[in-house]
Amino acid sequence: MSAHAKTRIVGSPVPRKEGVDKLLGRARYIDDIEREGMWHGATVRSTIPRGLIRSIGFDRTIDWSEFTIVTAADIPGYNHIQLIFADQPCLADGKVNHCDEAIVLMAHPDKYKVREAAAAVKIEYDPLPPVFTIEESERQDVIVWGADNVLKSFLLEKGDVDSAWSSATHIVEGEYRTGAQEHLYIENNGVIAEYSADGGVTIWGSLQCPYYVHKSLLAVFDLPEDKVRVIQTETGGAFGGKEDYPSTLAAHAALLAMKSGHPVKMVYDRMEDLAATTKRHPSRVRHRTALDANGKLLAMDIEVATDGGAYSTLSSTVLSRATLHSPGPYLCPNVRVRSRAWATNTVPYGAFRGFGAPQAIFAIERHMDEIAAAIGVDPIELRRRNFLHDGDTTATEQVMREPVILDQLLDLALAESGYHAKRVRFAKENRTNPVKRGMGVAAFYHGSGFTGSGERNLNSLAGIDVTADGKVRVLVSSTEFGQGTNTILTQIAAEAIGLEYEDVAMAPPDTGIVPNSGPTVASRTSMVVGRLIERASLQLVDLLQKHGGLSEVFSREDFFAACERYRAAKGEVVSLCRYEAPPGIFWDDQKYRGEAYPAYAWSIHVAQVGVDTVTYSAEVEEFWAVQEAGRVLNPVLAGGQIEGGIAQGIGYALYEKVLLQNGHMVNNQMTNYIMPTAEDVPPIHVYFEQIPFIHGGYGAKGIGELPHDGPAPAILNAIRDAIGVSFTSIPLLPEDLFQRLAAVKPVEEAAAV
Amino acid sequence: MNAGWPAIEFVVNGEARKVHVSPMKRLLDVLREDLRLTGTKEGCGEGECGSCSVRMNGELVNSCLVPVLQVQNASIQTVEGLACDGELHPLQQAFLHCGGAQCGICTPGMLMAATHLLANNPHPNMAEIREGLAGNLCRCTGFKRIFDSVISAAAQTNEPTAQEAAHAR
Amino acid sequence: MRGNAEAHEFIAPGSLDAALDLLAGAPGQWTPIAGGTELMVAHAAGRLDAKKLLSLWGIPDLRFIETTPENIVIGACATFRDLRLSSAVGDDWPLLAMAASWIGSIANQSRATVGGNLVNGSPAADSSPALLVYDAEIELVSVRGKRRVPYTEFHTGYKRTVLANDELVYAIHLPRRFSKHRQYLRKVGTRRAMAISKVALAATALVDEGSVREIRLAAASLAAFPTRLYRAEDVVCGHAVTPEIIQQARDALLAEVVPIDDIRSTADYRKCVAANLLEEFLVGLQKEGLAR
Repeated sequence: MSAHAKTRIVGSPVPRKEGVDKLLGRARYIDDIEREGMWHGATVRSTIPRGLIRSIGFDRTIDWSEFTIVTAADIPGYNHIQLIFADQPCLADGKVNHCDEAIVLMAHPDKYKVREAAAAVKIEYDPLPPVFTIEESERQDVIVWGADNVLKSFLLEKGDVDSAWSSATHIVEGEYRTGAQEHLYIENNGVIAEYSADGGVTIWGSLQCPYYVHKSLLAVFDLPEDKVRVIQTETGGAFGGKEDYPSTLAAHAALLAMKSGHPVKMVYDRMEDLAATTKRHPSRVRHRTALDANGKLLAMDIEVATDGGAYSTLSSTVLSRATLHSPGPYLCPNVRVRSRAWATNTVPYGAFRGFGAPQAIFAIERHMDEIAAAIGVDPIELRRRNFLHDGDTTATEQVMREPVILDQLLDLALAESGYHAKRVRFAKENRTNPVKRGMGVAAFYHGSGFTGSGERNLNSLAGIDVTADGKVRVLVSSTEFGQGTNTILTQIAAEAIGLEYEDVAMAPPDTGIVPNSGPTVASRTSMVVGRLIERASLQLVDLLQKHGGLSEVFSREDFFAACERYRAAKGEVVSLCRYEAPPGIFWDDQKYRGEAYPAYAWSIHVAQVGVDTVTYSAEVEEFWAVQEAGRVLNPVLAGGQIEGGIAQGIGYALYEKVLLQNGHMVNNQMTNYIMPTAEDVPPIHVYFEQIPFIHGGYGAKGIGELPHDGPAPAILNAIRDAIGVSFTSIPLLPEDLFQRLAAVKPVEEAAAV
Repeated sequence: MNAGWPAIEFVVNGEARKVHVSPMKRLLDVLREDLRLTGTKEGCGEGECGSCSVRMNGELVNSCLVPVLQVQNASIQTVEGLACDGELHPLQQAFLHCGGAQCGICTPGMLMAATHLLANNPHPNMAEIREGLAGNLCRCTGFKRIFDSVISAAAQTNEPTAQEAAHAR
Repeated sequence: MRGNAEAHEFIAPGSLDAALDLLAGAPGQWTPIAGGTELMVAHAAGRLDAKKLLSLWGIPDLRFIETTPENIVIGACATFRDLRLSSAVGDDWPLLAMAASWIGSIANQSRATVGGNLVNGSPAADSSPALLVYDAEIELVSVRGKRRVPYTEFHTGYKRTVLANDELVYAIHLPRRFSKHRQYLRKVGTRRAMAISKVALAATALVDEGSVREIRLAAASLAAFPTRLYRAEDVVCGHAVTPEIIQQARDALLAEVVPIDDIRSTADYRKCVAANLLEEFLVGLQKEGLAR
């Protein structure tokens, strides 16, 4: 089985496939590209969170004849961006439901003039009462979406939660909150669109999912599939922020291209990207937990609420993942999760690395430490008593058929971090040191791939071809945006075929060339698409052996010669494979029961945190991450994913706050939206255990999102350890620490002001 | 380029260049638009992310904050000037080997900051590396492998001090 | 990029005299720009109102650091990197070298100037607390000649200074008299680097036979402009550092500062942390065996 096979290329730290171009500054991101006769686009956006548009006025000092103006009336097809539901308009038509909602588009050859002109459009509104928080939406006295403000809801039940309370020795409750988070990819969203009556729409852009954009444009332009072409350009970071948003941006640019008769480039500046595009869903998760006298879980009653913003976009799938990750990596006979995504009049929230899991895992992993404190059990011991093991069932009754090695991962994490010895030392030092130190742990899993029947529905197609000039290409719509798609897929192909790494390239991520291997999301690329490429590679060799005269053992030269013989006979050299679900995957979407994910990655995070009692700042001093995510396809890339995800998780916990006023992000500049710098990120130690998963590419499971799940709870658990104060909400800023600690401290500063 | 503006002359990557643009045009835009050197990137326009970093008369600057009039007679080095005759600069080589670039958008600026650091301090310790790169935001790597790349490039002169740069603050 | 480069007139007079003539000829019309780390950010945001700009970059008469036995004179266009590279600054005015290392990033330090930092007049200005506790004098220049103003009188309100509309900051003078003073500077920002100050405290104190003979305290972000903390100074001056004095100094500071809530932080946080910083400094004095 390839998953366990000894390999030459897979598992090696081969250099990043497109690395040299990136290092030379030769890689072409969307703003580096110009098209002949290109104009520039700009967007006029709502300045109120909810209301009717009474009038749109164009300042008379501008010669509008130079500009192309587009409104909803210009849309040839449907005025919606279809992700799951079709509730989000492409352009606001008569009403707005969030600040910064796009209303009018304009294009002009001069990119400065078009910005100035966009600022010269005056819109008058009849405001309607807006809703800004989960609580306001829940009250349902103002309905802003559907019949009841509920974008989506789930109910997950295992056993009989209500029967457990009476027999419980301990019952512990808690409420945990997470704020919005911005992706802050260093390259802003951008596209170039072209339109012609015969050719249809062509899009180049910074994006994760060419076929998502493709699908959205079919509806907006009422075009057949072969009249829309989407090409991903080198993408400077995405993290989910370019999963759905580019569909809107592409539609905007394409509408301007259509109406102006020119290619149109729209690249957001930082202020616009921060204010107007998607972010991570804020959440509120409530736990009520019953345990027996030994600290073993008897029942978990969980309520998950997310803020979805003004339109549903991906809120239902984010809620699904949050629901399925909310019980944590623990065995519990009775579980109930009631979850709802609520509509508010804010910029719609969307995909962001983790996709509901960071929110849910923050809650359960903080809650485990709260339980431990409440019932007098060490937090490590409490987890060990309740970890899932082989053969156990999860909250959805999925049997853990693959090995679960949480104890082993925990042992390694504790050993490497010196957890126990440090806690003893810090307890002593904290008595006199103004910087109080503590250690915190988080244990978690992350489901790889789409939930339940999702992968079956995606029905991904991917493969290999060999061009007439002897280039072996991987054919996928899975994109590179730093995480290593290009490298791992060409590694897999080269390995499986029997060529060298340098022999295999990626076909351009162009819907006109590559099949739909599904979106580049959900930590599915190495596992699902990797496996498709592996199979397609073996299938190619098989085809060449059957029809190209290739022998059992062959050299590089033999291979290419066989390709030519095959091409002469069949016309082209292509090998495609379709997704095949691993056996025994059954998922009931109604009851939320069965195999929620085909595979899980498992992880333990340990944080060492110092809290400075002079400035009330908490800083992560050191961090350890131990994970089991199947076979590591490339140790440099895999390590880089974990380190980067942890840095983002640290930002999520301690630095990154989205400040909304009247539903508009007011700290929409990098100087005021704070991510950790090279001086803030602590030393991060990464350890992989590997249990190859036979249904993943060369045994790989997903790792891209896993590392973002653990830092926030580990850090706040460490803060609790350090100062004995429990914080249940992130981002946790010094001002928040100050408010709690200054209240706890005897009031010395009684001076009047 | 509008020939109505007076000429501004400077050297870029060893080559003399002359532009006729508004004196308030940002050096970043002159490099990218007028000189078609698109390696230098715009990430924020506020001097916060460092992806526009270039070297100006040997100093590290954020080109999004430099009006081109002030570049008169200056010598500019961009990422395009690092490799020599098709051979990667040792820092570029180190980044490739150590995984210092993921999405690559911060990489040109990061390379310029690292070049500047090593030019002034050939064997920086960990604190000095962190400080030298603190003005360059990377959202992908968590910085660790960028630090590794700088240490690796510095070590190529075979000095023992490079090995002391352990991952401790 | 929301600014329109072509909407601004921008010239480089090349010499101090030429710059002053221009300012005198059209008072209030020309906005001087040195390294641009402030004005170019406004330009990119489409908020640069100044239509006529005058470049001070590259004028040697303004970019110098000169030492005499009595003082150091720092030209207005000395960059923060210049300050960090100056061993004179580092040896005898170490708080200023520290402040310089905390400005923005290395790339910002090579362009941001001391003069620009002062004239911009942000209450969060990084160099200001150090300059205040070093008794800085600001030398101003115009076609009418030169004049000096104690730095404590330079700021008159939020982003307002005593600069006449034909005047430039010429230099900053710092007396050479702090070698025996205990010195302290701490900046509290949103992160370790590239952070605008939420609050910063600088202090110099001369201690003699267990008693504080002189003390200067200055802070950023506790008022409309960087200020000395006179009430807290009065509490400590002439006394030994005892727990009671520390508490009274804290109370005095809390009573005299007027921070605000803004996008970066809250007034309560700033007040309390400032008091903590003051306590940290005073406890440090105490620990050096100076308490009774």
